[in-house]
Amino acid sequence: YAMATNNPSVFLVMINGQIEGANFPEYDDLYCKYCFVYGNDWAPTSGLEEGISQIACRGQGTQPALVWNFPLEITFKSTNPFGWPQIAVSVYGPDTFGNDVVRGYGAVHVPLTPGKHVRTVPMFVPESTSRLQKFTSWLMGRRPEFTDPKVVAQGEGREVTRVRSQGTVTISFNIVTKDMKKLGYDATPSEALSAAEARTPSLAHPL
Amino acid sequence: AESLLQQEALAEPASRLQGLRDRDPLTRFDTEVRPPVRLVPERCQRLRCRDDVATPQVDSGLPTAEEAYNFFTFNFDPEPLEEAAEQKKERRFVEDRGVEEEEEEGGGGGEEEAQVEDGGEGESGSEEEDKEEDGELFIDETAQDFLEVKKAEYLGYHSRVQRESEVLFTPSLRTVPTSCKVPENMQPRYLEEEGLYVGERPPVSLANQNILENRILQQDEVPSWLILVPGTVRCPFPRYSGHASRYVAGLGETAGRCQLDVDVSGLIFSHHPLFSREHVLGVRLVQLYDQHLNRQHRNITGLLTDKLHGLRNAVRNITDLHGDRGLNVVMRQRIAEYRLEVRNTRRLRDVEQEKDRTLLKSTLKVWKEMKALREFQRFTNTAYKLHLRKQEVNQSRDEQDFEEEIQMELVELQGELEEEYQRKISQYRQQLEEWKAWRKKQKKKKKKKKKEPNEGDKDDEDEDEQEEKDLGSEPPKPEPPERQELSLLEQQVREKAARIRRKPGEPILVPEVTLSGNITPNEQCPRGEFARREDVARRSLFVKVLYNDKEVSRTDRRPLGADFRVHFGQIFNLKIANWPESVRLQVFEASGSSSALLAEVFVPLPESTVLTGSAPPQELEFSSSQRVTFNHEGVGSDVPFSFEADGSNKLTLLTSGKLSCCVSWAVGENDIPLAPPTSQTPGGIHGALRQTDAIACIGASGLSDMKRLSKWAAESRLDPNDPSNVVLMQLLTVASSGEVQVPDYFRLEQLQEEFNFVTDEELQKSRRFRLLTLRSQEVVEFRNYKNVPAVEREVSEKVFQDYEKRLRDGEVVDTKEHLDPHRAVVAKYLKKIRESVMNRFLIAKHHFLLSDLVQEDEVPSIGVLGLNIFKLAEPKRPLKPRRKERKKVTAQNLADGNIKLLVNIIRAYDIPVRKPHPSKPAVASKSARSFTEAFVAAQSSQSALHGNDWPLNQVQVRPFVEVTFQRSVRQTTTADGPNPCWNEELELPFSAPNGDYSTSSLQSVKDEVFINIFDEMTFDITEDDRERGSTVHTRIEKHWLGSVKIPFSTIYLQSRIDGTFKVQSPPVLLGYSKERSLAGEGGYDSVLSLSEGSFVTLFITIQPQLIPGESVREKFDSQEDERLLHAAEAFQRDAALRFPGRPCLTTVIDISGKAVFITRYVRPLSPPQELLDAFPNSPQEATELVARYVSLIPSLPDSVSFTSICDLWSTSDQFLALLAGDEEEHAVLLCCYFLAMGKKAWLIIGTAIPEGPTAYVLTYEQGRYLIWDPGRGQYYGQYDTFCPLQSVGCLINADNVWFNTQVYDAPMRMGFDVSRSKLWKPFFSRAFPNPGLSSVQPEELVYRRVDKVAAAELQDRIEKVLKEKIMEWRPRHPTRWNRYCTSTLRHFLPKLEQSRGRDVGDEHRLELQSMLGDYRISGFPLNVPFSELQPIVEAVYSTGVHNVEVSNVEFALAVYVHPYASNVLSVWVYLASLVRTR
Repeated sequence: YAMATNNPSVFLVMINGQIEGANFPEYDDLYCKYCFVYGNDWAPTSGLEEGISQIACRGQGTQPALVWNFPLEITFKSTNPFGWPQIAVSVYGPDTFGNDVVRGYGAVHVPLTPGKHVRTVPMFVPESTSRLQKFTSWLMGRRPEFTDPKVVAQGEGREVTRVRSQGTVTISFNIVTKDMKKLGYDATPSEALSAAEARTPSLAHPL
Repeated sequence: AESLLQQEALAEPASRLQGLRDRDPLTRFDTEVRPPVRLVPERCQRLRCRDDVATPQVDSGLPTAEEAYNFFTFNFDPEPLEEAAEQKKERRFVEDRGVEEEEEEGGGGGEEEAQVEDGGEGESGSEEEDKEEDGELFIDETAQDFLEVKKAEYLGYHSRVQRESEVLFTPSLRTVPTSCKVPENMQPRYLEEEGLYVGERPPVSLANQNILENRILQQDEVPSWLILVPGTVRCPFPRYSGHASRYVAGLGETAGRCQLDVDVSGLIFSHHPLFSREHVLGVRLVQLYDQHLNRQHRNITGLLTDKLHGLRNAVRNITDLHGDRGLNVVMRQRIAEYRLEVRNTRRLRDVEQEKDRTLLKSTLKVWKEMKALREFQRFTNTAYKLHLRKQEVNQSRDEQDFEEEIQMELVELQGELEEEYQRKISQYRQQLEEWKAWRKKQKKKKKKKKKEPNEGDKDDEDEDEQEEKDLGSEPPKPEPPERQELSLLEQQVREKAARIRRKPGEPILVPEVTLSGNITPNEQCPRGEFARREDVARRSLFVKVLYNDKEVSRTDRRPLGADFRVHFGQIFNLKIANWPESVRLQVFEASGSSSALLAEVFVPLPESTVLTGSAPPQELEFSSSQRVTFNHEGVGSDVPFSFEADGSNKLTLLTSGKLSCCVSWAVGENDIPLAPPTSQTPGGIHGALRQTDAIACIGASGLSDMKRLSKWAAESRLDPNDPSNVVLMQLLTVASSGEVQVPDYFRLEQLQEEFNFVTDEELQKSRRFRLLTLRSQEVVEFRNYKNVPAVEREVSEKVFQDYEKRLRDGEVVDTKEHLDPHRAVVAKYLKKIRESVMNRFLIAKHHFLLSDLVQEDEVPSIGVLGLNIFKLAEPKRPLKPRRKERKKVTAQNLADGNIKLLVNIIRAYDIPVRKPHPSKPAVASKSARSFTEAFVAAQSSQSALHGNDWPLNQVQVRPFVEVTFQRSVRQTTTADGPNPCWNEELELPFSAPNGDYSTSSLQSVKDEVFINIFDEMTFDITEDDRERGSTVHTRIEKHWLGSVKIPFSTIYLQSRIDGTFKVQSPPVLLGYSKERSLAGEGGYDSVLSLSEGSFVTLFITIQPQLIPGESVREKFDSQEDERLLHAAEAFQRDAALRFPGRPCLTTVIDISGKAVFITRYVRPLSPPQELLDAFPNSPQEATELVARYVSLIPSLPDSVSFTSICDLWSTSDQFLALLAGDEEEHAVLLCCYFLAMGKKAWLIIGTAIPEGPTAYVLTYEQGRYLIWDPGRGQYYGQYDTFCPLQSVGCLINADNVWFNTQVYDAPMRMGFDVSRSKLWKPFFSRAFPNPGLSSVQPEELVYRRVDKVAAAELQDRIEKVLKEKIMEWRPRHPTRWNRYCTSTLRHFLPKLEQSRGRDVGDEHRLELQSMLGDYRISGFPLNVPFSELQPIVEAVYSTGVHNVEVSNVEFALAVYVHPYASNVLSVWVYLASLVRTR
């Protein structure tokens, strides 16, 4: 197979990580969904493309953050970095009447460079078109939602929406890539290289 | 073993040390990647080397047995250490650092060790001795007592330092000379000087830097980066010098320590709108006087005069000294230089003198004017007074001087002129010589020519001519230069002197302006002046100080004095935290409570050396272009006025003045300047301010001044490579390359070239890039193309084959597939239209609406809320449940297999029943129907009951329904009887083309849902009768009875289809009859109309429900009147508001994409004459024939994909030329024909089943309304239950559009009388009458003649193709053709065409029966309008006749093509299967 040779035809991006938790100061009992959005040249080879987490309650005392620790594990193969995968996260939770309403949408690109990365994704929700709408939607527990959570990972057509930001979600990624450099995509910065080099323990010469 | 042990003991620490020592001296700054592999052999080598040293030592000092014993029994710590020390000495090459480590390790026996060390220090050179000593010591000590009391040993500081210095390496603090850092034979590089952008370095103290550098230099190798960038350590992280640097450096400690003092001392107006005329003159006087004073101060004239005298003296001296002859070349040269200098100086002096003189003159003039004005206006406004001081001069001496001067000048001028003359003369002589030479030559030639006119060859002549040409035209004879008259010269000099110089004897006038005049008090002034003074008194001024565009403070208000000077004298101390960018002063003028901005002054930011106290005040000019006029004496601003009585010499003055202020850095306590630190560049004179901000340096106005900008850039030594300066440098290069000017073109992306990924050619050439480009352009073949290969070679050319073929085919028309060249052209044309529409759609697809992105519940209205409350009371399980609206799903989150088509087959009516095989001749069929029959429920047909034919208990028919969609087939169970009830739900999977579930893709799905009704027939084929009791052996055959076709796009757009559909069944079904056989079922049936054909009740929907695409949100341009368009829009909006969902059309899009008002399409057009001639006596027949003609024009198969997205209306001539169109075109044509036939006809815009929004035609006949289905050529009465038209939106004729405003829109429940305004709302009314719109239709349709030959040819071809196809479909069985039957069938077809497929079945079946008594025949004729071959083949296939698998089956196939005018063809295909019964 081509992958084993020196001239690979695809490169692989392996993503391990977790949706660590969220910080929604006003809300509790939230759960989240995620899905990966990627371009035409990308295909997941293994792992889960989308998932839904457990409901997390805020801890006792001063702990402000919700913790999901929801693992992500997926491997993509691709021929073209265009359409680099993004993770689109949406958070849901009950409102005062117990209806499940959306608490935030957000998306972030999967980091390009190998290594561990932590991303804090600010979340937002679409706003009602009018005050009356807002009231009725609150009353009926049917807040405006994106037709598709993947909307937040695309740029087209966003100008027609109005959103309010609320809360953040923290995601950590561990990225491993294969054959990217062989295909001519050098995503590793020179710092990372030298840092890797310098990781061998050394005792500094006394000055 | 001992030695081994010892060796280990020795080797171990050594190796550890070595390990430490050998470790790669890695620093964080090292960016060089060092292959780790290299380390290993190096280390090994070193180890080995040490071993070499160690082993001989061990060999020589092999311990004796006693020694060994002592070694293990006695307790003497220091020994191994000593040995180690010994080793250490041996290995002197080892670095000292290691030793220190060792020393620490051996902590316990420090003393001994120290001793040894001390001892060792002295004789570090001789190892051998040491060793011997050690050996003795070892032996001695064994004999002695080990316990010894010693006093604590103290190591002196110095000795310690000394010792440490031996051991430790302390890098020097001194700066490393550059030569050390650079390898030999190499020059240091200074990137900054080379013009490379280096950026800012992180601050590192010099000491640290030096230490580090020294240390690095001491190491074996000098890292390469040190060579590259001498001086400092490079920071691995780029520092962002964005906003952070805008704060004053070291803000943390020095916050607020910087202080800028802004001293606003005052301002003087050089013009103010409230100036009186006198003020204007006064200011001018003062200006002139100032100029005078200035000149006097500089005294240029005096200086120049002195210089002139000096030069003259010098010249005179030289000539006097040497006389004329004694001058050598150098002297001559010098004299010439002096003379030149004299000339220049004289000229300059003259200019200056003239200036002086004019200044004096104009000062006097202004003063005179002022005096005149004061006299004229009888009051004085200003205190200006001009005194002229006269200085008497010595008349005679003055005259002498004057004359002397003139003579001097004259002499000089003469000299110059003489020189000039000499030069010219010499030039003249030279030219004359040349001219003469030329003349001579000419003459010679002429002579030559004369002499040998015959001898001369032609060549010679040519040569001559050539020569002549070479010489060119005759040079003009030079004119000798003229000498200038001396008298004239003198006159000139004297004139000039009189003009620019004081006349001899004239007193020297020294003007002096004082402010000692008296100002007329207010009460003595006229009213105008009084008003002006009042106004002045009201005005006050203040100045705002803006720092970095923020107002920080403002001065007090100060009244505007009568002399238009304002004194503020305020100093503002600005404690600043932000980097200074600009300091602005805004001058405000206030009168009463309102204030207005007069002018804005940018104050240059001081350099950090400019400190309060030492800074000189600056005078900054300002002006304002505000126009101010007064009705009192004030002259205003930007208003022309004149001093002359006749109003000539107009002046226009703008408000202007000078603001005197001073901005400097404050001096704090201890005389520390509170200025921000200057930049770290050694050239500190260019302050940080200047470098960072051009505005701060030259002011905002300077930015537009290219010269100043470039000057500033040059001064501040802008780094051309600093990315933040790119724009500026670009501007400057443009400016400096040519003249100082801004380019007159504007380039949007001036750096595009640099950022081009590859060149366009490469982009074209590369297959991969091409693929990517095409995909991003959303070309059909590549839309959503997955996994574009990563490398070029993996993209095969095959990928483009289809695309390129399509591009090629655009040009070439493939006639093979279309059978008819005309059709091929049409097909091509249609393709083009489709493409253009598709492109529009693609563009529109990228326009999003809020509802596309956000799902939001509608605000419930009161009515809905009420209903909801009502719903609470509803029974939970109602008796007649209704279908609930489902949640709609957008196309984005769909995937293969998610979507299912649900087809609910409920019931069918009037399925044809089987006829018993041996049948009697039937009653003669009804030959003709009249219109009345359609209105009244049929009553006659039941008279012809054949119920008694049918054997009792025999099933009449066993129908089942088979649904075919996208190659998947589902079927219901078999039911019994002609009115079966299945009530079954069939689920069919749906997959979108290419897995693309976008709205546009779904809309263009061309697949159709075929719902076929079959009769299941079982034949007992048990051959042996004896087995009959125990065996069942039957064959099942299915016989096609009819079908319903529903395009997927209709389902998609309507989201559900619910209703009773007419089954498209062939006019003749052999073996079946339509008659109802059950008379006994009672009277109820007889009430029901026995309508034409069978019907099936269906419910079709898509699971989950998809949101249909919005229509193209695009405004089409139009040639219609704007007013009409507005009215149309309003009409449609109103209609949509009142009756949402009821279609209303006013403007439609024609084939060129322009909006056209719909009534323009309706115009009487006569049908082909032969149709009218066919039934001269029966208008009804003719009408039906016309309708049939229209229905035979094929429906555009692709139009399906654009319904309601973008409906193009073609005119009838285009329609006939294209021979394709959708319902609208059919309806328009039919309507036009009916109008031409003298009928009352309207276009109905409504919705029908199954086509959705569509157009029908309404006619008014004999007091009743008829609804015509133009696509099928059928008509229905208004009250016909099975009329496919479900709702009526509006009616259209040539004059008007009426919108249905009735409660109901079903044809059955509404009135069609358009004159009743309660029911119909007209578009053109009395308020907005029809402007008389002309029609877009042609006056007359031209028809092409009927081409029978072509039709016959086509007939043969179709028959041939079909036969081939049928054989192809039956690969496992031989296909036999029954010729006899075929010819009989062929006979029938023209008859069928004549009767338009009605009720000839019985006749010819009987005929057939009689001929083929032995066969069981099943078959039927199909009739289709001809467009292409493929639909015919499909239609034949879908009937499944070929599926009969009895071995002895025979087939019969006949095709008949009936031509009508304009190439409209009716194709009949008769297909039958015959099974021999005996």
